[in-house]
Amino acid sequence: MICDNSEIILSVQDLTAEVDGTQILKGLNLEVKAGEIHAIMGPNGSGKSTFSKVLAGHPDYTVTGGTVTFLGQNLLEMEPEDRARSGVFLAFQYPIEIPGVSNLDFLRVSYNSKRKHQGLDELDAFDFDELVQQKLDVVKMDPAFLSRSVNEGFSGGEKKRNEILQMALLEPKLSILDETDSGLDIDALKIVSNGVNQLTTPENAIILITHYQRLLNYIEPDYVHVMEGGRIVTTGGKELALELEERGYDWVREEEAVGAK
Amino acid sequence: MTIQVSTVSDVRTTNGKAGDRVAYLTELLSLRPPLDCPAAWLQEIRDRAAARVQELSIPSPKDEEWRFTDLSPLLQTHFQTAQPQLAAISSAEIAPFVLPGPAHRMVFVDGVFAPSLSTEPVISTSLIVGNLDAVQQSSLWDQLPNYLAEQRGADEVFTALNSASLRDGAIAWVSQNQTLETPIHLLFISTKAEQASVNHPRGLVIAEPNSHLTVIEEYVSLEQGVYFTNPVTEIWIETNAAVHHTRIQRDAKESFHIGKTAVSQARDSRYTCNAISYGAQLSRHHLEIYQIGEQTETTLNGLTLIAGEQVADTHSAIAFTKPCGTSRQIHKCIVDDHAHAVFNGKIFVPKPAQLTDAGQVSRTLLLSPKARVDTKPQLEITADNVKCAHGATVSQLESDEIFYLQSRGIDEETARRLLTYAFAYDVIREIPIPSLQDTLAQFVREHF
Ligand SMILES: Nc1ncnc2c1ncn2[C@@H]1O[C@H](COP(=O)(O)OP(=O)(O)O)[C@@H](O)[C@H]1O
Ligand SMILES: [Mg+2]
Repeated sequence: MICDNSEIILSVQDLTAEVDGTQILKGLNLEVKAGEIHAIMGPNGSGKSTFSKVLAGHPDYTVTGGTVTFLGQNLLEMEPEDRARSGVFLAFQYPIEIPGVSNLDFLRVSYNSKRKHQGLDELDAFDFDELVQQKLDVVKMDPAFLSRSVNEGFSGGEKKRNEILQMALLEPKLSILDETDSGLDIDALKIVSNGVNQLTTPENAIILITHYQRLLNYIEPDYVHVMEGGRIVTTGGKELALELEERGYDWVREEEAVGAK
Repeated sequence: MTIQVSTVSDVRTTNGKAGDRVAYLTELLSLRPPLDCPAAWLQEIRDRAAARVQELSIPSPKDEEWRFTDLSPLLQTHFQTAQPQLAAISSAEIAPFVLPGPAHRMVFVDGVFAPSLSTEPVISTSLIVGNLDAVQQSSLWDQLPNYLAEQRGADEVFTALNSASLRDGAIAWVSQNQTLETPIHLLFISTKAEQASVNHPRGLVIAEPNSHLTVIEEYVSLEQGVYFTNPVTEIWIETNAAVHHTRIQRDAKESFHIGKTAVSQARDSRYTCNAISYGAQLSRHHLEIYQIGEQTETTLNGLTLIAGEQVADTHSAIAFTKPCGTSRQIHKCIVDDHAHAVFNGKIFVPKPAQLTDAGQVSRTLLLSPKARVDTKPQLEITADNVKCAHGATVSQLESDEIFYLQSRGIDEETARRLLTYAFAYDVIREIPIPSLQDTLAQFVREHF
């Protein structure tokens, strides 16, 4: 939902970043305000995941220029865990399996680290259990998954639902969902989208990174950006996604070439 | 009890010449205590073993079997015979080691049986749990010479030194068709004396046909200090019997531990061993399985957790001799700081052992650039119709994994610890006693 005078959550200016000495992000600009849903689309290798990891603070990626301001703070100066505690959430394209750590314990440690950061008391196991039971409904998750090891032996769809469960618990200001829809069958896609829609409020914002227009039938974006070669090259409304679906990304590349002349 | 640092007089330098290694071993042999339970046949075992020791010397890194584990630090320490002050140890002091559930517990302090710290010995027609003296009054006594010191591999130097120094033993016997729900807990405690001492604990477990038994064998200390413990445990598993064995070595940080587990498995028997090592400055575990009947199953789960300057060596050997045997082995090492882990896993599959199915995996997690592991599978296969697979990996914590946890608000240090625990978990979860799992989890939390 676009509101002119709502709070600016994220402001990215001329962001450049490299990994292993290769420049991937080449001057990226983006502004996200409270209440908004932004979709970022673009061909494979255009730097979408890189952008999401740079925002979340992955140590393998080096920012070489530009600024990222999150709720008025310099995000790039913060440790990844502090970004998370301050309200940045990244749903991973490939969530990691952690055998030996129960999902419930993991969720509690994670949730309490945020509470501590906010100066609140940590929830004990009993109170946390009650809270997490409520949140399970958001993604229709079987409580049995709580006692299993984090993501171990989960199907692709279960892993993605687990990501959204974490999002539901942490109540981030800014959620970045990196291809959360990829590899999901239609039922799982509906559950995940429905979960995300329940978590959308006028106070928070979402960046949806996706390959497929299909997701945008379920989660309606306010803006659609097209990423190409490490930059956002086109921005439009949700109708842009349909156009991309019909005409492919080559069309964007041509437009951009024309625009640049 | 006080904590003492070893004094200079305990230490002499050695250039490690062959003569010194013989002399050092002779000195260790001269320290053997008398039998606590005098019997002619036990004295014979001691004398035979002593004669064997006199033919040997302390191994050097030139010995292929000891290539990666240098015993020089041991040779630089002089020991005396352990003279434990049993009366000085209260039940409260051993409380942290007592299993929370029911258990038959036999406690030995520096190799000496401690009745006041143990549960009542059991002498019945279905179960015998007691030291040699207690077992003397049972019908098992006449059978013991068929088992004690009768395992193959008795000629190895430290095994022979243990037999030569035999003073008492922890004996557990379960009769045929019995399923023993209560675990047998063998708790070997070493103490710190004025001068560093040496002890040679001995265990003997016999599972008669169709019986089931759980054994927890632990090596612990009540305080920090230098000592040398050289235990041997023999396990006999008869036809279609099953033994679930957990061996935990958490000796004092400055101690030396060279231990042996020798297991013979008859036809259709099952043996599982969870061997966990995290104590001692220098430790070695010989784990030897002899499958002497067809269709036996062996499962070995190993875990070594070391840091600082620790050296921990596991030498395992599974000897198949008959058709249709299986073995599953996973050995994991977590190595931090300057520590050095060694794993050598031998698997022998001779001609008659057709249709053997043997699998071995060794996985090491190196937590520091100076940490080291030497891991070597050693498969000797002459049978032609067998399935034998082995693999070894050495890894570090993945930055993607740490990042995943950080991105959920968990700080890097906690993330590393969680992942380290996760690495160890598939061995830890095999331990049948939850409180022992918790102890290990806490150890990982505090040390890694
Ligand atoms: N760790 C890395 N090392 C080297 N190149 C990388 C690494 N990660 C990503 N890249 C490269 O960066 C480019 C962008 O990748 P990515 O951000 O994953 O794209 P997308 O998510 O849009 O498909 C690709 O060319 C990819 O090969
Ligand atoms: Mg991607």
